[in-house]
Amino acid sequence: MSKAGLEHYLGEHPFFRGMRPKDLAWLAELAEPLALEVGDYLYREGDESKDFYLIQEGLVRLEIHTPGRGELVIQTLGPGEVLGWSVMLPETRKTFDARIFQATRLLAFDAAAVRKHSEEDHHFGYELCKRFSRVIGERLQATRLRLLDLYGQPH
Amino acid sequence: MVNPISYTPGQDPMQPRPFRVVRAIRETADVVTLELEAQSGPPLAFQPGQFTMLYVFGVGEVPISISGDPHKPARLVQTIRRVGLVTEALCKLGRGDVVGVRGPFGSHWPLEQARGGDVVIVAGGIGLPPLRPAIYHILHQRQDYGRVYLLYGARTPADLLFPEELKRWQHTLAHAPGASPVRVTVDRAEGGWDGAVGVVTSLIPVLPIDPLRTTALMVGPEVMMRFTISELRKRGIPEENLYLSMERNMKCAVGFCGHCQYGPHFICKDGPVLAFPRVRDWITRKEV
Repeated sequence: MSKAGLEHYLGEHPFFRGMRPKDLAWLAELAEPLALEVGDYLYREGDESKDFYLIQEGLVRLEIHTPGRGELVIQTLGPGEVLGWSVMLPETRKTFDARIFQATRLLAFDAAAVRKHSEEDHHFGYELCKRFSRVIGERLQATRLRLLDLYGQPH
Repeated sequence: MVNPISYTPGQDPMQPRPFRVVRAIRETADVVTLELEAQSGPPLAFQPGQFTMLYVFGVGEVPISISGDPHKPARLVQTIRRVGLVTEALCKLGRGDVVGVRGPFGSHWPLEQARGGDVVIVAGGIGLPPLRPAIYHILHQRQDYGRVYLLYGARTPADLLFPEELKRWQHTLAHAPGASPVRVTVDRAEGGWDGAVGVVTSLIPVLPIDPLRTTALMVGPEVMMRFTISELRKRGIPEENLYLSMERNMKCAVGFCGHCQYGPHFICKDGPVLAFPRVRDWITRKEV
């Protein structure tokens, strides 16, 4: 995809929609396309949070290894979803494994560069923080719904 | 507005008709599907979304959604989850047993109104059976609808209902080659599950739909439906195109007894299928 095509793609994406053209151009310049195969690890628990990702195709599983129970799946993320909201916080480490479950194409955005640019351009940083806050809110809400065990037997 | 169809004209709505179990299918550990045939008289024609009152003689009567094909009314198909005494008795029935059936009762899914547009069907847990007749109807008239999506959330992979049909629908509901109309997710998974994990509402933000031409049908726990409505509204689907099936303590099923009153509505008569604007002011009130 050309840089112009990538700018257009990012501008149409729900996560980036509404950002200024110059912000989209900067992000398009930063974006690194990745293609991963089934079984590959995008990152592992304990890894430094170096990037955040926009999934274009495929399925990524967030897992955690539990002795005696193997890999427990926390959540799956698919096309259109954002992975790695913690990059806005410096010196964070991944708390789960991210393993490729279906062949996946994604865009990676360098976390240090994003943080540095956010410090230099607070409007950009604030816009990105708002978007990551929405992702965090959605994940929190989903977690709360799962805690309710809504489909379980009524007591 | 969905016009309620209360019961078969000319028939006493309080008089159960005997139906014989011709097949009992154990779907999961606590869910059974019964296929029933009338012992006498005509088969029970129904509209997708309607329910019957099933009477286990000597035990009691409960409202159960019809889960079969409206184009094949000869066999009445009902899917029951074991949650109490009557449903436990229903789940124990086998071929040859007889139950009493009243109905069909209530309003139905707005499938005529949805023609020409996209349809999003959202089911949670035991919410899939009341939606299955709508899916069958759409499959019978697939060319009349645009993109059709079934979003289905269950507790675990072992709790998924109709797994073979879900696989078939992935192809038969598709509007174009490569489309993925059936999207299933579970709250918890270990081992061999090869699908998505997460809540069903998380499937909505990335759904490729034309919001202003989309009708949404949903059934599940009320909390799930509230969050589903919230996500569908964020996508820009007009409120009047959001339909949900409500569940209350139906007894008479014809609006006499008042057990299922929900604000100004009787769920048995005005529902169970209601457009969201009709329940918007009630759905977050406690103890209604």
